[in-house]
Amino acid sequence: MAEKIFKVTSESGIHARPATTLVNQAGQFSSDITLDYNGKSVNLKSIMGVMSLGIQSGAEITIKAEGSDADEAIAALEDVMKKEGLGE
Amino acid sequence: MSEKISGIAASAGIAIAKAFVLQNPELTIEKKSIEDSSQEIERFQSALEKSKEELTVIKDKANEELGEDKAAIFAAHLLVLSDPELVDAVKQKIKSEKVNAESAMNDVSSMFIDMFEQMDNEYMKERAADIRDVSKRVLAHLLDVQFATPASISEEVVILAEDLTPSDTAQLNRKFVKGFATDIGGRTSHSAIMSRSMEIPAVVGTKTITEKVENGVMIIIDGLDGQVIVDPTQDEIATYQEKKKQYQQQKEEWAKLVNEKTLSSDNVQVELAANIGTPADVKGVLENGAEGVGLYRTEFLYMGRDQLPTEEEQYKAYKEVLEKMEGKPVVIRTLDIGGDKELPYLNLPKELNPFLGFRAIRLCLEEQDIFRTQLRALLRASTFGNLKIMFPMIATLEEFRSAKGILIEEKEKLVKEGTEVSENIEVGIMVEIPSTAVMADTFAKEVDFFSIGTNDLIQYTMAADRMNEQVSYLYQPYSPAILRLVKMVIDAAHKEGKWTGMCGEMAGDPIAIPILLGLGLDEFSMSATSVLPARSQIRGLSKEKISAHIDEILQMDTMKDVVEFVEKNFK
Repeated sequence: MAEKIFKVTSESGIHARPATTLVNQAGQFSSDITLDYNGKSVNLKSIMGVMSLGIQSGAEITIKAEGSDADEAIAALEDVMKKEGLGE
Repeated sequence: MSEKISGIAASAGIAIAKAFVLQNPELTIEKKSIEDSSQEIERFQSALEKSKEELTVIKDKANEELGEDKAAIFAAHLLVLSDPELVDAVKQKIKSEKVNAESAMNDVSSMFIDMFEQMDNEYMKERAADIRDVSKRVLAHLLDVQFATPASISEEVVILAEDLTPSDTAQLNRKFVKGFATDIGGRTSHSAIMSRSMEIPAVVGTKTITEKVENGVMIIIDGLDGQVIVDPTQDEIATYQEKKKQYQQQKEEWAKLVNEKTLSSDNVQVELAANIGTPADVKGVLENGAEGVGLYRTEFLYMGRDQLPTEEEQYKAYKEVLEKMEGKPVVIRTLDIGGDKELPYLNLPKELNPFLGFRAIRLCLEEQDIFRTQLRALLRASTFGNLKIMFPMIATLEEFRSAKGILIEEKEKLVKEGTEVSENIEVGIMVEIPSTAVMADTFAKEVDFFSIGTNDLIQYTMAADRMNEQVSYLYQPYSPAILRLVKMVIDAAHKEGKWTGMCGEMAGDPIAIPILLGLGLDEFSMSATSVLPARSQIRGLSKEKISAHIDEILQMDTMKDVVEFVEKNFK
């Protein structure tokens, strides 16, 4: 299992557009990937799951991956977080 | 038998094509028990696939025509269709409860919709509408009913709708949409303004058109006289084809004036400018021979997206407009949001009287980050053309001074950073609040120009909501009350050696034009398509002759008297 903690820095939190990019990226991997925030855990391959968390700027989120390509998945998602200016 | 339905002529021209009723069908979901759940799951899967295909087409089209920004929402819609939380839950329900796909899909999606609707955040609440949209598309496929998607139109049609929202119009393909008619709205409603900027004939406020017409019926839209003819006879089609031809010929006559100056018969020159919403509109501005941009409504940069535009995005848009206008004047209005134009992502509280509330400059002076970002983008773009900055909804001199102060601060910061900024940026205000018109003499000492926004000036002066049809009789542009205010503003500006423009619908109105010319208006800014007819009209008018009658007009009792006088004497 691999996991990484991010701090959301984008002004408007995780809105529909960056969420779309994240979910699309997560969908590329066979691992089970989850996003934990505020005591809730959702499937990162589910756009509605991610959106339902209503993640605002400043939030601390944890992305976990479990499966054969877990490490690659976390690396790729970290890349998206940075490229989209979502967080670090 | 054909039927004539009257409405308000919103955009000139004649369109003859089949009706496309933009109305989403009522979906009746019945819960049924099923035997073969794997067959039902297959049916669900196939509805998902069909929906995905449609959405991909819509997304690609939106990408091509509206840019990646506006297309992003459809990428999110596509993801909903492959969301495991949704898809697996529906399949599970079909299997374990032995129910039909429609009811399983409806139950699961309703759960998600409810969840988003109950969230304590306007932006998230709006997402419920997205999920509803997507689920309806899937349900429509399961029920085998047609789902209206304006972006998927691929033959010539006229659109009939209750009203068109900005997101509807964003999807319209100009190649196939020949015209439209709506149930509600007036000359200044969003759909009417859009129709003129898209240059397609439109009739609005027909009250009943969507009730009376079904998909595929032949329709004539007469945007010249505000008529819609449903199921026309062969004779009627021939008559309107002739009318269309004559209108085309008249347009060709007007086209000869594209490169001409705007001179009255007694050689007084005025400037005819155009109103735009996006850099793409500049093409129409130049093709129609406008001498400048009198109003660039920047709010479109902020709409139809889920976060604020960056300084860089704005800078690019402003620079593009300034460059394309090649040194001709470009009046850019700072953000005018609030009222009927909302930005869900700003999470502004709902107001009882939004038109009298927290909007435009009031919002910008409070949310200064938003305002400063826009001003920086404008200042950086200023070296690429002839930029004039205009603040909307100014009610007091203090507001103007604060806004200008912030502008100067940002300018100094940029200069310090080594960024080049034009030294000749005129800074003016919209006059749309009666208090400002009354105080115009004082304002004129500090502003570089006025631009009268008649749509709002009329509604605030008459205290009549322009969206409310029951008080639409009070929308009286030629009322002596309005004309007197306009005169106060123009005279005040001239006394200080400044200029006055007008950027409301009134500036392009054939009845208003003679009066405005007589009052001494310097710049008329209108829909691009109105520029050439206006130029043609002004060439036939003598300013001196009209000016001699101005006092008489301002002393008239009613708007009706004014209209009759103008029609009799200056047409």
